[in-house]
Amino acid sequence: MQIRVIPGSSAAIYRQIADQVRRAVVSGDINVGDAMPSVRVLAKELVVNPNTVAKAYAELIRDGVLETQPGRGAFVAKRRSVFSKAERLRRLDDALDTAISAAVTLDFSAEEILARMQSKLEQLM
Amino acid sequence: MSDKVAMPDAPAIRTHRLTRYFGRRAVVRDLDFAVPRGSVVGLLGLNGAGKTTAIRMLMGFLEPTRGTCEILGHDSRHLTPQTRCRIGHTVEGHFLYPWMRVRECERFSRQTHSSWDGAMFEQSVRRFGIDTAAKVSWLSRGQRAGVSLASTLAANPELLVLDDPALGLDPVSRRALNETIVEFSEGGDRTVLLSSHLLEDVERVADRVALMVDGRMLVDSTLDDFRSRVAAWVVNTDDDPIARHPIPGLVHCRSLGNRWLVTVADPTDLSREAIEGLGGGVQQVDVSFEDAVLAYLSRSRVDHSFFTGAAS
Repeated sequence: MQIRVIPGSSAAIYRQIADQVRRAVVSGDINVGDAMPSVRVLAKELVVNPNTVAKAYAELIRDGVLETQPGRGAFVAKRRSVFSKAERLRRLDDALDTAISAAVTLDFSAEEILARMQSKLEQLM
Repeated sequence: MSDKVAMPDAPAIRTHRLTRYFGRRAVVRDLDFAVPRGSVVGLLGLNGAGKTTAIRMLMGFLEPTRGTCEILGHDSRHLTPQTRCRIGHTVEGHFLYPWMRVRECERFSRQTHSSWDGAMFEQSVRRFGIDTAAKVSWLSRGQRAGVSLASTLAANPELLVLDDPALGLDPVSRRALNETIVEFSEGGDRTVLLSSHLLEDVERVADRVALMVDGRMLVDSTLDDFRSRVAAWVVNTDDDPIARHPIPGLVHCRSLGNRWLVTVADPTDLSREAIEGLGGGVQQVDVSFEDAVLAYLSRSRVDHSFFTGAAS
């Protein structure tokens, strides 16, 4: 997993780190049980304040993406749902809104978008 | 994290109503500001905002007209050599004697410090790609910054005060400088006060931001707090929206062709109502750290400020 941070963007640096870790987990780039670099190591590698990395890790641990093992650091956790139904729906809506508005901007019809999404889902599941 | 902190609660730097006049002009006004131990604070402001004057008072090089400042728990006006040894300070421009070789610079600095970490000096100059046999006059500006930083760090200070260290540096030296600051601060018990104009570098390495405008400190907070408390809207209208309509918490209103970008700190329901009342299509937009800082710096007179403050 290669994390890159871009200062000056509308997403805070800790958010960029957290989002990239999430994406790496979902895409299978890193797997359950894989060790994450320590806060210090990642801060040095990305040249960012260690508190920024610590904040990203804290959020990922809170959301159940990572888990800590005392004295051994952070690991990718087994996927489990830590959100309520309402929160999961809210997040799903957020993700769909972004994708749908991009698709509509590209001039696709509702049928085309649905068909495409269907085939993507079949590939994944 | 190290637990070797002398006074965990005492800030590394604290000022109380610190003020300095030059003639009749107030260059620093009523500064109430604190740098918590273990933090990296980016000190931002336009040229002439009073950053260097504030730093000179902190270091005891300049007498305040009024108010007080403390550094590492001691009054800045009466610093002992022992306290000074715990502070690393680099001045703007990184002055070094041009006829010295880098090795001689090291020997020269070593003599004025009680403890000296030669390995740290080597590591720092190597990061900047400097040959220790080179003469200072042969070095680039970035490499001179490297020598001055290496000499400062080798004395193993607890507090680093860097006055615009990145001024005029090439990208490689800039990266080396950022790496040096991250490594210096990683243990969590050493403190950095960094004045800079490079907002992207400050966003990377700092965890707090202190922002000066016209001698006053308008923002003293964590970086994340600062970001999350500044909001912006784009308003579609031809004429200046704030000319008609006061907006509570307004920081800055800037023209974007035939639209206006309105930036507000700590927006309340009243601010939102006022903005929505501007009509003509109003849309909230994301604010980057740079946007937020620029909104503050673009107006010389801001009537809104906030502190989440270590000083308060």
